[in-house]
Amino acid sequence: MKHLLSTADLDAATAIEILDTAAEMASVSGREIKKLPTLRGRTVVNLFYEDSTRTRISFEAAAKRLSADVINFSAKGSSVEKGESLKDTAWTLQAMGADAVVIRHPASGAPHRLANWVTGSVLNAGDGTHEHPTQALLDAYTMRSRMGRLDGLHVAIVGDVLHSRVARSNVLLLNTLGAKVTLVGPPTLIPTDLNTSVQLNYDLDAVLPQADVVMMLRVQRERMTDSYFPSAREYSRRYGLDGARLRRMPSHAIVMHPGPMNRGMEITPEVADSPRSTIVEQVTNGVSVRMACLYLLLGGAR
Amino acid sequence: MTDILIKGARVLGGEPADLLLRDGRIAEVGTGLTAEGAEVVDATGLVALPGLVDLHTHLREPGREDAETVYTGSRAAALGGYTAVCAMANTSPVADTAGVVEQVYRLGQEAGLVDVQPIGAVTVGLAGERLAELGAMADSAARVRIFSDDGFCVADPRLMRRALEYVKAFDGVIAQHAEEPRLTQGAQMHEGDVSAKLGLTGWPAVAEESIIARDVLLAEHVGARLHVCHVSTAGSVDIIRAAKARGVRVTAEVTPHHLLLTHEKAESYDPVYKVNPPLRTNTDVQALREGLRDGTIDIVATDHAPHAAEDKECEWAHARPGMLGLETALPIVLDVLGEQWDLIAERMSRAPARIAGLDGHGNDLVAGAPANLTLIDPTTRWTVEPTGLASLSHNTPYAGMTVPGRIVATFLRGVPTVLDGKVQK
Repeated sequence: MKHLLSTADLDAATAIEILDTAAEMASVSGREIKKLPTLRGRTVVNLFYEDSTRTRISFEAAAKRLSADVINFSAKGSSVEKGESLKDTAWTLQAMGADAVVIRHPASGAPHRLANWVTGSVLNAGDGTHEHPTQALLDAYTMRSRMGRLDGLHVAIVGDVLHSRVARSNVLLLNTLGAKVTLVGPPTLIPTDLNTSVQLNYDLDAVLPQADVVMMLRVQRERMTDSYFPSAREYSRRYGLDGARLRRMPSHAIVMHPGPMNRGMEITPEVADSPRSTIVEQVTNGVSVRMACLYLLLGGAR
Repeated sequence: MTDILIKGARVLGGEPADLLLRDGRIAEVGTGLTAEGAEVVDATGLVALPGLVDLHTHLREPGREDAETVYTGSRAAALGGYTAVCAMANTSPVADTAGVVEQVYRLGQEAGLVDVQPIGAVTVGLAGERLAELGAMADSAARVRIFSDDGFCVADPRLMRRALEYVKAFDGVIAQHAEEPRLTQGAQMHEGDVSAKLGLTGWPAVAEESIIARDVLLAEHVGARLHVCHVSTAGSVDIIRAAKARGVRVTAEVTPHHLLLTHEKAESYDPVYKVNPPLRTNTDVQALREGLRDGTIDIVATDHAPHAAEDKECEWAHARPGMLGLETALPIVLDVLGEQWDLIAERMSRAPARIAGLDGHGNDLVAGAPANLTLIDPTTRWTVEPTGLASLSHNTPYAGMTVPGRIVATFLRGVPTVLDGKVQK
């Protein structure tokens, strides 16, 4: 594995290897001295064209716990604002000897383009409305540690699927790992042409009693002004997860959210803060999974 | 002007014949012709077609001379077998006045490789708000007959109706870029399973089809001529077929790339495949081919759209849409239709010349006709190299592809613009 651009590129064995490696990394994160010498002398660049404090610090923590040198490159106030192209930025990073570039970009496919222009590894940390592979991996890791398995698990992904890179990466990875996925949301926020590998249901209440995992997606309020749905209140009534709906889920079922949450929109505080919610665990697991990805991409396994 | 004696050319793929070109016309067609002092062109094994006519070319001058100029685009056209091209109006400044269309016209005359026929904008600045001075452009030295806001749709139905009606006074035609803008906000590629997978905003087929449906009804209502640019969907073909059956005065074009390439090309995220309208599905490609064969689609037009490297070597969403087309159009059409030379001549020369009102072009190669023709070697296959093309830009989607048919020579009013595959200016 040279790059991590899409979860579609991961076969089951590779995905499981990442999750198993992440479990080993988690034990490091539990120690008092949370550091391994594995990537000493290697340079990891965090190239962020979008503000995303949580993802950036997660990758930064992961790289630092593996003793890599970390360079943070934020598009704000940089050469990018002066009009530098992605290709020129790529060459600059190349010239500085970046072994891995972690890229977050508002344009779908930007990491694929970058991979043509650098010799190091490229990690997609979220590209436009395309994919967010490490989020899907940390979600799978979280499901596996909570539920003990992924094969045969019924996962409902609820909300703005159309614009969600988290949903895309999760659908692909969960299919590979044998889970059954149902997409739930208003028809306006579901792509018009879906592959047949997923179920589709516009009725959240019909799906909840059969779900082992309910993954709520962030819904941007701006979608309302684009007529994807009439109002935030109507959205919450039809697709928001509140206490009453939580109680209709099987007792073993868990609630996930990639964050940041819109409390009161797609999820109520009662649900977000309940013991059934894995939201904080997901953040913790994110560091371990990203450590595993960096480790495996930078040849740590060989 | 030296006389030219073409020996042994297969006119429209028929039996070998000789053609004598003299004083800008075809003086004689026959076998065993001789002419003292004439330059002899050995055309053994070559197919002769009337010079190709492109109804849809972006020459980028004035404004983006770093991407293409009238001169470099004319070279590309001649090398592609063209003797006339219609230059789209979306230059900078926009070709929405007699001054700008005359400038483009004159630049074409100076280049002297193909007849450059300017297309005028329908609305001032392509803004879709008020009509440009269509009559002034029609009366200018450029004698504009085709009007188009190409790149943008004339979306306002009332404005479209007025434009269609107004140009009837000088037998003009509105060439519509059919794209309902409200349905394509932020659109990046065909809306379908591939766009869903790639997370690129979809450009739904219905955005094209709804405008074409509206426009054929408008054209029918006011009895005007409508030309539909770059038809890209199966549904559009159906709408046009039905309109023609009712007698609506509508003509339509398809590009070579929509006849060959599909939306899966976007999976590379390489913006060389980004084009507007976007590459569609294989079902659409098959329907377009069928429409081209049965005449629902009248012509092949290139939508030759050169772009500077920095506008393509970037993120997909930031790239400009468009592809080169002039030098590869005939090979792609030959690949798609096979050696149906009469059909190719109809779709790439006669019909576009008729639509554009270019009397000197698209004529059968008989004695007395203007000597506008091209010679093609149908047996040679060649590999497309972006830097090997004459265009200033390199954004061809066919890089590395091997295609049939090589243009050997092109003649504009009896003067060779291309000989032995080399442009003469």
